[in-house]
Amino acid sequence: MSQLNYIAPTTADEAVKALAAAGARPLAGGTDLLVQLRAGRAKPSVIVDLKRIDAARGIRSEGGGFVIGAATSGAELSEHAALVKAWPGVVEGANLIGSTQVQGRATMAGNLCNGSPAADSVPGLIAARAVCVVVGPNGRREAPVEQIPTGPGQTSLAQGEFVLEMRLPPRPARSSDAYLRLIPRTEMDIAVAGAAVNLVLDAAGVVTEAHVAIGAVAPTALLVAEAGAALVGTKLDDAALAKLDAAVRAACRPISDKRGTAAYRTKIAGVLARRAAQIAYDRAGKA
Amino acid sequence: MSKTHVTTTINGDAVEFLAEPGATLLDALRDEVGLTGSKEGCGSGDCGACSVILDGRLVCSCLVLAPEVEGRRVETIEGLAKDGHLHAVQQKFLEHAALQCGFCTPGLLMASKALLDANPDPTETEARYWLAGNLCRCTGYDKIIKAVLDAAAELRQERVA
Repeated sequence: MSQLNYIAPTTADEAVKALAAAGARPLAGGTDLLVQLRAGRAKPSVIVDLKRIDAARGIRSEGGGFVIGAATSGAELSEHAALVKAWPGVVEGANLIGSTQVQGRATMAGNLCNGSPAADSVPGLIAARAVCVVVGPNGRREAPVEQIPTGPGQTSLAQGEFVLEMRLPPRPARSSDAYLRLIPRTEMDIAVAGAAVNLVLDAAGVVTEAHVAIGAVAPTALLVAEAGAALVGTKLDDAALAKLDAAVRAACRPISDKRGTAAYRTKIAGVLARRAAQIAYDRAGKA
Repeated sequence: MSKTHVTTTINGDAVEFLAEPGATLLDALRDEVGLTGSKEGCGSGDCGACSVILDGRLVCSCLVLAPEVEGRRVETIEGLAKDGHLHAVQQKFLEHAALQCGFCTPGLLMASKALLDANPDPTETEARYWLAGNLCRCTGYDKIIKAVLDAAAELRQERVA
């Protein structure tokens, strides 16, 4: 690690300039990057810390939605009462990552850009239809969360680009979300499968909008449009949940590994989607 | 690459040190500042033995780069006892024999202090989840949890008194 520089710019423009250097890597919470540094898997020449850039810090209400800075920790998310009320599923996904110590540092943007197929905060963000504000040498662009990861450890970010903010859309009445994952223990583990469901209901309790995303069952987290469509126009009756389950299972392309076989992951993803849908529905009825 | 000059506050004292490129806060605390209470168990944020409080937030110092603490406030195990008096969690760890080899203890004490600062009256379940990032291979955790809950009760008493 003898060739490693550290800089902490205070503006996004300075960060873009710094990240133009060959081998530069952005640092948000560091809970993945520092582990990779230590293991020798990442050998950056420059680490560009995003935590002193105002736009990358904290949670702001804007245009009826929320803007979450890329360097905002899981602990900060859980302490933001309005965010938790509007997007309980997004926050519970982020809060499942690691320990109290990790929550003090780890960020959703880092979780996304680390590119793990099992990243716990990603399905909730996708189901929320969250958008990343990406900045880089060619300026600023917006991309839906599901377009950032392209495979395990891989992203669509071009050289020098980084995620500055994540934007959650405005929340209508009677809307809510939920995320569930399966791990073989109660804490501190990586998802075998995960599912997030985001619902909007009408006054009669009929689903008018539904988005379903699944994690750890394909090279990236997936938005499953057919699964969301299965719920629209229903009150989550058994037939709708069965269609949801089938659509989720049809979308799964998992690997078999020590955490679970492909068949098990596929079955569990469907079950988790059903349960998350019910939780989101109950929450939306009270929202 | 040259070393980075870092100015920060550790346990209330202004501290300056030179950080090696790529050094973590844990490396700097132990090797540059001479505070060896924080331990390196895993070096990857899994075991919690290096836990410190950074700007009021519990973190693994092995997952913080040393230059990141420029201008920040760091609290380590060395600052937990005040004026020769053990903090309630330290005293209760002794009374409940909540340690054997002691390697995890500094991290568990800092994590416990952070818990009781945030939540003066945790349930057993809350305490167990909060401390899930602190591994202990000796005690089986029961004595630790009892000590933490007892310390919480004592601190609540002190607040009332």
